[in-house]
Amino acid sequence: MQSINNWITRVNSNKRLVHRGRWVNLTFTFGIDDHDFLIKINNGVITSIKKRTVLTQSGTFRIHGKSEAWEKHWLKIPPKDYHDIFAMLAKKIIVIDGNLIPLMQNLQYFKDIIISNGASDF
Amino acid sequence: MKNKDVNFEDIVGRYLSITVDDEVFRIYAEESGEGIPLICLHTAGSDSRQFRHMLNDKEFTKKYRVIAFDLPWHGKSNPPEGYHLKEYKLTTDLYKKIIMSFCKAYKVDNPVIMGCSMGGRVVLHLALEQSKFFRAVIALEGSDKLEAYYDLDWLHRPDVHGGEIQAAFVSSQIAPQSPVNYRHETLWHYMQGGPGVFKGDLYFYWHDGDFEDRSSLIDTKLCPVYLLSGEYDCSCTPERTKATAQRIIGSKATIIPGTGHFPMSENPELFKTYIKPVLEEISKL
Repeated sequence: MQSINNWITRVNSNKRLVHRGRWVNLTFTFGIDDHDFLIKINNGVITSIKKRTVLTQSGTFRIHGKSEAWEKHWLKIPPKDYHDIFAMLAKKIIVIDGNLIPLMQNLQYFKDIIISNGASDF
Repeated sequence: MKNKDVNFEDIVGRYLSITVDDEVFRIYAEESGEGIPLICLHTAGSDSRQFRHMLNDKEFTKKYRVIAFDLPWHGKSNPPEGYHLKEYKLTTDLYKKIIMSFCKAYKVDNPVIMGCSMGGRVVLHLALEQSKFFRAVIALEGSDKLEAYYDLDWLHRPDVHGGEIQAAFVSSQIAPQSPVNYRHETLWHYMQGGPGVFKGDLYFYWHDGDFEDRSSLIDTKLCPVYLLSGEYDCSCTPERTKATAQRIIGSKATIIPGTGHFPMSENPELFKTYIKPVLEEISKL
């Protein structure tokens, strides 16, 4: 996993990715083990990633998995079942819940911003 | 324009109309080569362009007449008249009838049939029911049963773009090692599907076409069965292909490392190294 600042930079410097997410304005929750992060997006640009400190802070939807799973997802060549969040979902390696409509409306965008935290070129 | 700027391919396309259950279907088909007929069936929600690499490969077409067609509702094949009056749902019965009517129209003799994904499912039905007609069946990403892992309604609703969501769903089934140009060409086909067509296909693939209760009845001495699946396929997983192969006595299963659900279009060079020996073997049957 890269640092949070690097993650933000990798997404926001990818003009094509930001363009694809230009209709996205929301905060979603990204979980690693017992820690949740609130990822705020404005017109496809990540404006902040903050650790969730109280339960009343929440996002439109939540994607959660164990650290070992995310580490595999973020390898340059992820192993099978870890190469895509929907492959992980199929194997019940991650959990997705909440209001899924904006996720589905922009599914490839969200897949790509999550994998941007890893080593692959996607 | 200089000649080096032009490249005509060997593939030739044509249209034909067939009648199934009193409905007329205008079908688009492409072919190349001479020899043993090889009928190719595309995946759910896509079309016959997936097989362009095989159709253009002289190593295959010198011995095989490779034929790929778009199912009705897909690619350049029309839905029948009145399609707008009912929801599209591909049934096992209609799927089999269209294939057999197509083969009859083309007057192919003892063909090989190769299908991918839902095409890999229906060829198992045909191996049982049409064992004298087909020389052999090849199931790419084939299994006799799958379990749904997402709600099909996401594929056809007004607040989610059908083409975008279809491509985003199936991108999970492509291996990260596959060449980026072929990955995106494979996804492009999904972005072009008609509204509700991928969902209607999955009615067959995930529900109506279940076959695990009959797959063990296939006699591979009458109709040999080959199963090839990609390591990274999270839909028809290698485990499901192996389980299917165990039920079909005498079938031959191969897992292809480093590819996914669309081996013939997402990594054609790798696929060739695995399908070539299968076709060589079948040609000697």
